Amino acid sequence: MSSEWPLWEIFIRGQHGMSHRHVGSLHAPDAKMAIKNARDVYTRRNEGVSIWAVEALHIAASVPSDKGPLFEPSRSKVYRHPTFFDIPDDAGSM
Amino acid sequence: MTQREALFEFLQHLGDNTLILSHRVSEWCGHAPVIEEDIALANTALDLIGQAQMWLGLAAEIEGAGRDADALTYHRDSWDFRNLLLVERPNGDFGKTLMRQFLFDAWQALMLEKLARSEHKQIAAIAGKAIKEVAYHLERSGDTVIGLGDGTEESHARMQAALDDLWPYCGEMFNLDERYNALILANILPRMDDLRARWLSKVTDIFDDATLVIPTDNFAHSGGKSGRHTEHLGHLLCEMQVLQRSYPGAKW
Amino acid sequence: MYAQVLDQNDSGVKSREDMSEQEQIFQARIDAGEKIEPKDWMPDAYRAMLIRQIGQHAHSEIVGQLPEGNWITRAPTLERKAILLAKVQDEAGHGLYLYAAAETLGVSRDQLTEMLHQGRMKYSSIFNYPTLTWADIGAVGWLVDGAAIMNQVPLQRTSYGPYARAMVRICKEESFHQRQGFAIMMKMANGNDAQRRMAQDALDRMWFPSLMMFGPPDKDSTHSTRSMAWRIKINGNDELRQKFVDQTAPQIEFLSLTCPDNNLKWNEEKQGYDYTDPDWKEFFAVLKGNGPCNKERLGARVKAWEDGAWVRDGLMAHARKNAARTVAKGENENVQ
Repeated sequence: MSSEWPLWEIFIRGQHGMSHRHVGSLHAPDAKMAIKNARDVYTRRNEGVSIWAVEALHIAASVPSDKGPLFEPSRSKVYRHPTFFDIPDDAGSM
Repeated sequence: MTQREALFEFLQHLGDNTLILSHRVSEWCGHAPVIEEDIALANTALDLIGQAQMWLGLAAEIEGAGRDADALTYHRDSWDFRNLLLVERPNGDFGKTLMRQFLFDAWQALMLEKLARSEHKQIAAIAGKAIKEVAYHLERSGDTVIGLGDGTEESHARMQAALDDLWPYCGEMFNLDERYNALILANILPRMDDLRARWLSKVTDIFDDATLVIPTDNFAHSGGKSGRHTEHLGHLLCEMQVLQRSYPGAKW
Repeated sequence: MYAQVLDQNDSGVKSREDMSEQEQIFQARIDAGEKIEPKDWMPDAYRAMLIRQIGQHAHSEIVGQLPEGNWITRAPTLERKAILLAKVQDEAGHGLYLYAAAETLGVSRDQLTEMLHQGRMKYSSIFNYPTLTWADIGAVGWLVDGAAIMNQVPLQRTSYGPYARAMVRICKEESFHQRQGFAIMMKMANGNDAQRRMAQDALDRMWFPSLMMFGPPDKDSTHSTRSMAWRIKINGNDELRQKFVDQTAPQIEFLSLTCPDNNLKWNEEKQGYDYTDPDWKEFFAVLKGNGPCNKERLGARVKAWEDGAWVRDGLMAHARKNAARTVAKGENENVQ
C-alpha cells in the first residue's frame, strides 16, 4: 500500500474579510495535520486568519469541454450589469 | 548573589534553552522526512531564535556590562551557558527530535504561562509574546508524538526508545534552584511548586494516546543550569561561534 | 530558486498542416495568451515536457536548500541566522508549490522524488558547487537568486495555469532573497581584509557557474523551439544571460570587487557588456554527475528520504487507524 500522504487543497481567508481563496496544495496524513501544515506552509508571511483544507479527491470540478454551455449563456445577459443602464447624471448618485 | 545577578542567571537560562534548541532544530533544514515537516521545523527554529534574542537581550540589559544578545551568544564559553541538558542532546532520528521538542514545549508552555504574570514588566511582555508561539509548538509536537507512537510497529518502537533515552534529562527542569529564591520573593518569578505535577499530567495524557510508557527509573541528570554541560555543547558552540571567534571585531 | 532548461527532448515545432484539429485549437489558445488548465486537453508531449521542467525546477529548489543550509548553524549573528533559515525555508516552500503544480499533470510527488533519486531527473547544476565561506551565502543570494529571478519572472506568463500561478507566488516571496544576499556582500566588501578576501573568492568561484544557469548558448541548443511555441519557455538563453551580465557588472563595481572575467567590458555599440562564455565542457560534466558536490547533494536527499520513511509511514498508519476508529464509533452509535 502506498504510504504517500493524500493531497489537500488549501483555502485561506485574509485579514480583510474577503472570502477564502485557494492558495495551493500540500500533503498531510489527515485533516488535522493538513490544517497545521497549511499554517506552516501558507501563512508564513502573515497571510491569513482562517484556513480550510479539503482533500483534493473530494473536489468536484466543472469539465472544460462544458465551458460553452456553462458560461457563455451569461454573456448575453448584459442587463445584469449596472453599466447597461443609461441614467442621466442629473439623477444623482445611484 | 544579588537579585540582579540572580535575574541575569535566570534570563540566561531561558535564553540559552531557546538558543540551543533553535540551533539543534535548524540542523534539520533540508533533511526532514517530508517537505511539510521541513518547513514546520524551520518555523519552530525561527520562533526559538526570536525568543533567544529577546531573553538574551534582556539578560544583557540587566547585566549592564555593555553586552547584547549576540555577544552572549557568540562570546561565552560552555561553562557560562545555563540551558537544560535536554536541549543540547543531539538530534538523533526525527522521532527523538520531536520527543525532545515535546518534552521541552510542555515545560516551556507552563513556564511562560507563569512568567506572563510576572511583576517584571519586560519579562511578562516577552512571555506574553512567546506563549502563543509555544502553544502551537506544543500542539504540533504533541500530535506528532501521538501519531508516531500510535503509528506502525517501527515508529512506536522508535518513539519509546526516544522517550527512554530523554527521560533522564527531564528531571532537571524542576530542580528547585535556591539562587532564584530572591526573585520569587520579589514576585519577579512566580512560585514553581506545581510545575512538575502539571507537566507530568500533560505529558502523561499525550503518552497515553501515543501508547508510550513513561520509564520507571527516576534517575535524573543535572548540571546545565549551573554550567556543567554534556560533551555535546562544546561541539555545538564550536560550530555556532566559529566566525565571531575567528574574526574578532568583524561586522557581519 | 530556479528553472534551468536541462535536457528537454524538444524535437522542434510541428507545422500547422501536420497538426491535428485538436492540436491546432490548442496552439491557437496558447497563441491567444489563454492559460491551459489541468483538465483541458493537451498534447502528450506538452504534458511530458511540463512534468519534466516543473519537476526539475522543484528538485532544484529542494536540492538548493543544501548549499545554503550548510551555513545556517554557523551564521555569524542571530539576525543573519534567522534570515538565512527563513530564506532556505522559502526554497522548501517553492519546491512544494512546484511539486503541487506538477501533480496536477497526473504524476505524484513520490514518483518525481524517486526519479530524482535514481538520477532519471536532474536539478540545476549550480547546486553542485560548494559553499566554502560565509561570503558564499552572500554570493548565492546575489548571483544565483539574481539569475533565478531573471529566469522566473517571465515564467509567471507561462501557458500552463498551475505553473504560472506557482511562479507568481514564488516571485513574490523570492524578492527578498537577492537583496539579503547583496546586503551580505556589501558588509563583506566593506569589512576587514579577511572579509574582502572571502567576498572576492566567492565571486571568483560563483561567477561562471552563475552564467551557466541560463543554459547553453542558443546556437548550440536545439531544445528551445517547441517549448517556446508552447510558452513553457519564454526567453532565449543568451538573451537572459546578457541581461544578467548587464545588471550584475555595475554591482561588482559598486562592491569594488573584480570580475574573474578579464574580458568583461561595456560595448557602446550593442549597449551591453561583452563577456566570456563559461566553460561549457565543465557545465556538461557537472550535469552528467561530475561536479564538486553531485554525490553529496543527491546522497543527502536520498538519505533524508530513506531515513524519513518510517515517519511518513507511521503518521499515515495513525491517520488510518484514527479514521477506522471514527467509523467504528459512528456504527456503534447507530446501533444504539
